[in-house]
Amino acid sequence: MTDDIPDAVRDAAPGDVTGTAARDLPRDTAPAEPDAVTCRALAYAFGDTKAVDGLDLSVHAGEVFGLLGPNGAGKTTAIRCITTLLPVPAGMVRVFGCDPARERMAVRRLLGYVPQQLSADAALTGRENVSLFARVFDVSRRERAARVAQALAAVGLADAAGRLAKTYSGGMIRRLELAQALVSAPRLLILDEPTIGLDPIARTTVWQHINAVRAATGMTVLVTTHSMDEADQYCDRVALMHRGRIHALGTPDELRAELRERRRASGEAGRGEAEPTLEDVFRDVAGRGLDEQSGGFRDVRSTRRTASRVG
Amino acid sequence: MSEAPAAPRPASADTTNPVRLDLLLVPPRPRTGWRVLPARVVAMCVVEIQKLAHDRTELYTRAVQPALWLLIFGETFTRIKAIPTGGIPYIDYLAPGIIAQSAMFIAIFYGIMIIWERDAGILTKLLVTPTPRAALISGKSFAAGVKALIQAVVVIVIAALLSVGMTWNPLRLLGVAVAVVLGSAFFSCLSMSIAGIVLTRDRLMGIGQAITMPLFFGSNALYPVAVMPGWVQAVSKANPLSYQVDALRGLLLGTPSHLALDYAVLAVAAVLGITAASSLLGRLAR
Repeated sequence: MTDDIPDAVRDAAPGDVTGTAARDLPRDTAPAEPDAVTCRALAYAFGDTKAVDGLDLSVHAGEVFGLLGPNGAGKTTAIRCITTLLPVPAGMVRVFGCDPARERMAVRRLLGYVPQQLSADAALTGRENVSLFARVFDVSRRERAARVAQALAAVGLADAAGRLAKTYSGGMIRRLELAQALVSAPRLLILDEPTIGLDPIARTTVWQHINAVRAATGMTVLVTTHSMDEADQYCDRVALMHRGRIHALGTPDELRAELRERRRASGEAGRGEAEPTLEDVFRDVAGRGLDEQSGGFRDVRSTRRTASRVG
Repeated sequence: MSEAPAAPRPASADTTNPVRLDLLLVPPRPRTGWRVLPARVVAMCVVEIQKLAHDRTELYTRAVQPALWLLIFGETFTRIKAIPTGGIPYIDYLAPGIIAQSAMFIAIFYGIMIIWERDAGILTKLLVTPTPRAALISGKSFAAGVKALIQAVVVIVIAALLSVGMTWNPLRLLGVAVAVVLGSAFFSCLSMSIAGIVLTRDRLMGIGQAITMPLFFGSNALYPVAVMPGWVQAVSKANPLSYQVDALRGLLLGTPSHLALDYAVLAVAAVLGITAASSLLGRLAR
């Protein structure tokens, strides 16, 4: 369970990947700290459809972990199992050592969750949206206003806090959702496709805020995305998921190096082939069946709905 | 909304000019035991009030129908004198029924709202907070009660303008408020339970239309139980709306009523509704 990721990789990563002035992570924690997320043979089926099919995964405390894959790969289902939204048998999932099947409320108190859809309430102001989450996470009345203000300031929305969320741009709504998740001081931030449908500038801004907050708080970030570029740029480690299983896991550099090695071994190298990208790695490990478009009607509809609300 | 993407500047501003985040490092101390439920109910009710404060359109549009019922139906039948009301003008007799009806119409909408919140991801996010499902449903149902209460005030004002002779005794009005909140809790849970079964807005809208009118006509809101055919009397006996109307009529007009039974039925119905809706909520989370 405590397979060691080199600390150097983790600590170097935020500064390297973000380009922002990431501060040193306050990670003087004991070496025995459990992994943020552990999944052992996690499986979940909707009727006959196996959405997640034997997922093994460890997300280390303090890292930004990317779960990558095309629509319908099972990323969201895996996230919903970890976040207690879907019932899973005891022993399959642990969040900082807590089992969602047995200690549901304890797990939820560790989590900040931003779902794929734009989930801020458009009829409330930014401040009211964050206050609601402060209330349901039992922030005391004495502390509430200050904590809400800090969460909004952390995502750069202090000036827009009094405006109704329906007047926000897509990127601002994503940041508001981030503030909603941060107000309870979660140890694990789970973001399901956080930048879907955003333009490149808003996308960068959202990531800058995620990284700045993470650098300041040392929280673990688990993010799903189907954007390989984004994962390459912002994640410390990634898992490539396809049809409910993980096909490769490591730092983006390691995965690319492995592909280079495989190409060399099979004699493909030396033909002037460009440096492999994560997408190449994904095509390589996922193998056949990738070209047929995966993702059911519901996936695509929900993705499009989010994209249209954002853009 | 689609224009003006967030400028990249604020992020760099944050990092060069660090924002204080000390409070975001400490998790709040959890409430436990019995304290959770009232806290969540308050949270949901506050949201409802905030929304109404931002946009009162619904409040105004929802006042139209009860006004028409009282003004047209009430005034007309007061003149016809076809319905035995025990000696009081028909419009007086009708007013408590219309309060209950308009509160029910608001509450029945909550099933559609919870499906909308599911589709929008709002429900999903709330379900990942330390809020037991029963507390979430209770919160929603009491939020429906708050909205219904505001609606009840509007109807009472309209009725007063139409010279309906009602009590202004604060204790009795408090009793009215309790009856309205309990009734709305039941009807919103009925609607959220159906939402948990049918799962889509389109189906729920059809069912909502199909049940509201029978609930309304199969109650004592418009006419006394005694003048109904036998089978409608049976429906009325099983219909919490009848008990709500009975309590409202007794409190507002001082007509003979069965307050203890009325409150008992409304309270049991609300608890059953909350239990049913929270056990079906998992289906909406999938």
